[in-house]
Amino acid sequence: MALQSSVESQTKVGIVFDETCVSIERDMDIVTARQKGRALAVATGFSSTDQTIIALAISEIARNIISYAQRGKITLARLDEGGRRGVVIVARDDGPGIPDIELAMRDGYSTANSLGVGLPGAKRVMDDFELVSALGRGTTITMKKWIR
Amino acid sequence: MSVPILKQGDTLIASIQAALSDQDLVRLHDEIADRIGRFRSRGVIIDVTALDVLDSFAARTLRSVAYTARLRGAKTVIVGMQPDVAFAMVQLGLSLDGVTTALDLEDGLAELGRIANQGGHRVR
Repeated sequence: MALQSSVESQTKVGIVFDETCVSIERDMDIVTARQKGRALAVATGFSSTDQTIIALAISEIARNIISYAQRGKITLARLDEGGRRGVVIVARDDGPGIPDIELAMRDGYSTANSLGVGLPGAKRVMDDFELVSALGRGTTITMKKWIR
Repeated sequence: MSVPILKQGDTLIASIQAALSDQDLVRLHDEIADRIGRFRSRGVIIDVTALDVLDSFAARTLRSVAYTARLRGAKTVIVGMQPDVAFAMVQLGLSLDGVTTALDLEDGLAELGRIANQGGHRVR
């Protein structure tokens, strides 16, 4: 399932604005990314519970970059799709890619000595979650959450 | 951002002041393990009130602190988890299985006192 997954492509379905980008190169960048994500969620008008959920999901996908690709970037933006407001988060790396996406998305599976709940957990708490990965060509995760 | 660890009687109190990086969490883990031996502590309280989120790495590290402390003869209580942080953890599927938690510092100290009275600190 090859899915378009860049922030730019989102413009087809709505307005993307307040875009910010965070380089993910060391563990402190994980904190920066989730804090910027929370600020964006606040500005969008998410409840404080959803702000925390969005920050947590960002923390997990940022950690995934550090664990498997060493470096990458996370782009965050607000969305407005015909009055429906939300946020979009795109995590991109040029790392080794994920050999078996189905396996990587399984609860409890990990090759990095972690809990293996990060990606499936992030997918569970976001409204949209798309993962595109090819061996040797990196991984891109696009996830969205809308205000209820 | 290092975490101050106070010693009160035979209890260590680590009060997290702001969001922590992975390295900060690992340092906290190692310092608590070290101080339990140095101060012959029997109880450890980690106050996570100021944590913005508790992700998979933080959950794993806090569990490791509690298990390590237990092997060193001390009981750990995690206190102050904010409702949103707890809710987000549950939604994502994270847990602190096997780790004692309490609402706040006061309850955490009471819990340690209760365990001490039962003689449960070193006998397991």
